[in-house]
Amino acid sequence: MTQASGWSRIPSIFVLMEKQVILNSRHFELTLNRLCYQLIERHHDFSDTVLIGLQPRGVNVLARLKSQLESILGTTVVCGNLDITFYRDDFRRRERPIIPSATNIDFVIEGKQVVLIDDVLFTGRTIRSGLDALLAFGRPKKVELLALIDRRFNRDLPIQADYVGKSVDTLSSERVSVEWKEIEGEDKVVLFTPDANG
Amino acid sequence: MFCLHLMLMDNLSVEHLTGIKDLTRQDIELIFKTADSFKEVINRPIKKVPSLRDITIANLFFENSTRTKLSFELAEKRLSADVINFSASRSSVKKGETLIDTVNNILSMKVDMVVMRHPNPGAAKFLSERISAKVVNAGDGTHEHPTQALLDAFSIRERLGSVEGKKVVIVGDILHSRVALSNIYCLQKLGAEVMVCGPTTLIPKYIHELGVKVEHNLRAALEWCDVANMLRIQLERQDIKYFPSLREYSMQFGLNKEILDSLNKEIIVMHPGPINRGVEITSDVADSKQSIILQQVENGVAVRMAVIYLLAAKIERQ
Repeated sequence: MTQASGWSRIPSIFVLMEKQVILNSRHFELTLNRLCYQLIERHHDFSDTVLIGLQPRGVNVLARLKSQLESILGTTVVCGNLDITFYRDDFRRRERPIIPSATNIDFVIEGKQVVLIDDVLFTGRTIRSGLDALLAFGRPKKVELLALIDRRFNRDLPIQADYVGKSVDTLSSERVSVEWKEIEGEDKVVLFTPDANG
Repeated sequence: MFCLHLMLMDNLSVEHLTGIKDLTRQDIELIFKTADSFKEVINRPIKKVPSLRDITIANLFFENSTRTKLSFELAEKRLSADVINFSASRSSVKKGETLIDTVNNILSMKVDMVVMRHPNPGAAKFLSERISAKVVNAGDGTHEHPTQALLDAFSIRERLGSVEGKKVVIVGDILHSRVALSNIYCLQKLGAEVMVCGPTTLIPKYIHELGVKVEHNLRAALEWCDVANMLRIQLERQDIKYFPSLREYSMQFGLNKEILDSLNKEIIVMHPGPINRGVEITSDVADSKQSIILQQVENGVAVRMAVIYLLAAKIERQ
């Protein structure tokens, strides 16, 4: 089975959509920088804080934030990746199961401040699953949420982010994709709108 | 639709797991990939995920079993399924009820999946063709024991990085062993070379038609292989004497430290359990670092979780 990420596995209806860049590579960089300083404002030297990226795409945000934070602070920031596949609320409600990704949390989150990190906050269901999955690793003192893109007004659940890279107003029929230099070749966020003729 | 980048996997090509023979290589690799994730889950402080909280599973054991039953039950519970257990020794099977009647009675209590061990070859297949619930074969007589083969291959993959191209010898009572047959299918589908080794009387006559090598000398077999899977002598299935004495069997086909150390390479030693220490394998070999017997048991839970999870994904919602 191919490990195709993203496009090759997306039904053709999505490929027909129009593209609009909502965050170019320069603003992308600025936004990540701002998020780093916002995190430092609240978490100081991160001695009591752990960052957890949600698989599959939140881990890219985390990786970038981690390297920037560490170069600003000069210390290591404790980070982990969390896969929420087995905590999703749509098991048996979709035609094919989702491939699980790796969870790497080799530290205790009991009593820690946890910042959950994802690329796009949309319905809030992934975060709901993430909160459930997190409980398997202990009882954190506090959990915050960082989302690079917040698709506000699209929430199915009462969940909001504490740190937002950029808020965008979108229709639920639209798609937002965060692309990375390391994976897709360029840092940018793209909005796909259904083709009116399609 | 939550995210553009979720990777969807292909479903299993089968509706039930009655034998490895029916699986494709893609199925086996999908089970392994899923089991990798479950292995991480069962090493967490809280070893449980909520995926199957609306699924009920019946474990029907018409034949004695300790580890397989425990392993399945644990796998089911770690997926949050509701579990009911049934053993033939304490049931109405003794009173003359047929298999279909027994199972239909249980299914009318809204059971979604059946894990069954049965003394008759083909029992799982028979059942899967007649009931609506998913069926997982936990051993049907001398036919197949698919989850054992999956966990054996998963353990080889874990230790050696892959199964492809590896040489595996299965030693012992091949004639009565469902583990041997399932292992042969599974290893061959994954691209391994398989040899069987044992007394002539315990090697099925036409086994070479499955494409396996046959060897009657243990030392020669060990020198050939990367992995030795030592099977238990199943005295309970042997209606006649197949070899003069256990002591003689042990002298010719038992794996001891002396033979193991005299090989010019480090092979991996496996055993599906329960071990007869001093018969097919000596204590110092079973407890050596070349032995992955206990890892097999741990992997058994992860692999069974993967099988149950993937089959449950195909259960229709009402």
